[in-house]
Amino acid sequence: MTALSLQNVTKTYKGGVTALRDVSLDVPEGDFFGLLGPNGAGKSTMIGIISSLVERSSGRVQVFGYDLHAQPWEAKTRLGLVPQEFNFNGFETVEQIVLNQAGYYGIPRRRARQRTERYLRQLGLWDKRRDAARTLSGGMKRRLMIARALVHEPPLLILDEPTAGVDIELRRSMWQFLREINARGTTIILTTHYLEEAETLCRQIAIIDEGQIIENTGTQALLNRLSSHAFILDTTGDLERAPGIPDYSIEQLDGGRLEVEIHDHQSLTDLFRVLAEHGITVVSMRNKANRLEELFLRLVEDNGSGDGRDRTDEPPRETA
Amino acid sequence: MYWRQSLVALQTIAHKEVHRFLRIWAQTLLPPAITMSLYFVIFGNLIGPRIGPMEGYTYMDFIVPGVIMIAVITNSYGNVVSSFFGAKFQRHIEELMVSPTPSLVILAGYVSGGVGRGLLTGLIVTIVAAFFTDLKIYSVGVLISVVFLTSVLFSLAGFVNAIFARKFDDIAIIPTFVLTPLTYLGGVFYSISLLPDFWRAVSMANPVLYMVNAFRYGFLGTSDIDIWIAYGIIGVFIILLGTLSLVLLHRGVGLRG
Repeated sequence: MTALSLQNVTKTYKGGVTALRDVSLDVPEGDFFGLLGPNGAGKSTMIGIISSLVERSSGRVQVFGYDLHAQPWEAKTRLGLVPQEFNFNGFETVEQIVLNQAGYYGIPRRRARQRTERYLRQLGLWDKRRDAARTLSGGMKRRLMIARALVHEPPLLILDEPTAGVDIELRRSMWQFLREINARGTTIILTTHYLEEAETLCRQIAIIDEGQIIENTGTQALLNRLSSHAFILDTTGDLERAPGIPDYSIEQLDGGRLEVEIHDHQSLTDLFRVLAEHGITVVSMRNKANRLEELFLRLVEDNGSGDGRDRTDEPPRETA
Repeated sequence: MYWRQSLVALQTIAHKEVHRFLRIWAQTLLPPAITMSLYFVIFGNLIGPRIGPMEGYTYMDFIVPGVIMIAVITNSYGNVVSSFFGAKFQRHIEELMVSPTPSLVILAGYVSGGVGRGLLTGLIVTIVAAFFTDLKIYSVGVLISVVFLTSVLFSLAGFVNAIFARKFDDIAIIPTFVLTPLTYLGGVFYSISLLPDFWRAVSMANPVLYMVNAFRYGFLGTSDIDIWIAYGIIGVFIILLGTLSLVLLHRGVGLRG
């Protein structure tokens, strides 16, 4: 079953800017799906259209086979959204916000209370249930939005930058929580700027740029396309310069640190042996960068938009 | 249509809205009680006896229904316009837009809040008025139906205002420059029989005049106009504003990008 299906979705804003161009995308049920793209690529517009916050110009959106516009009740009850920005009433209590959200989905009060307690406990917010939401820390506010999105128990959960501004410890615990609900059958679509997050969590990744899907494949298949890996090596001693070793691209960073690029046909064992022959002992090593990040930058650059500019082709929403 | 779920959603929005204005009672319920008490003291007790009877009633008895109606109109309107615009401004309206709640239920929920605050402030002002004069009721049916329908009408008007509003100034302009003149010139403090023909004719174009007079009929049994015309005007405005609100909500005007 397809959890989410976008067919030829286009969005042109009133000012004439086209944020999405004929996008088609299928997300299978049970998937952990990553949606990546530079700022202004159209991610938020796409999520806005799926969650009914943005009106599409043309195309069709289906959630578990239900047309979002023709069968809104069936489609919307199957969808939960954790938006990028805090969008709850800060004057209401944590418990009230989650309870109200359950009410909007027609869940009777008694069941809503049970679910509210369950999700607030799971997300470590039960002790804060009587606090006004505006008094919570940033991480707690993010968890509140997750609890709110889950209270009607949707089979499809969309998270737009859920760990933005969240410390590492909390990010890891949120990853664990998301993995657990995905394992229980919830399809998850995640947008993130942390490519490590996408690499760690997502089984399938789509890259969107300039309003178009430029890549949509399995995470592993995507990573396999990398023909080389860069490593930082910490060596003993203070090197005067990088050793000149044929077939290896080696650059000295400072003192005893080297940056080495290893291609698929080469091996680390061979490299260490050659370095040892030059009297260099490797103490430790690490990846220079996240592998997905390298690939992402390469794909976006190939698409002609990897100039590092923070494009603003999506107009800010009205006063809301 | 999922009636049972929609009913739960309606109860949720209505409960949230009523809880909101009760939580901030010092901003919502107390001011009209104090302002209207001042009206009764100044116009009813101090100036009223010098004005003399109006339409055969003491001036205090004459102004009480209109003063109650001012509180109902301004609070019904004010509750919906500030609450819905606040939800847009803080973006928590998105909670409802993402949900399957039908437009009709969203509208009915916000109108419930407006009517709740309008009627509660109307009741508070009525209790305050009872300290100044011996209130008599001519027709309970007319009284309740007119105040309820008027509250619905101005709640809908506040909703339309909130949909179009883009900044806080936009929710103050209509109450200040349209609503206040219409209510104060709506025969609250005088009978239009005192006016010259021209201004009487102008006053007849003011819809608030019909509501105030129909409400006064409920208290005193006297009115400058036929109360059935008042019911007709209120009904037409409710249908027009209700339809407009639903169309705007359905199209996502001011809400969706």
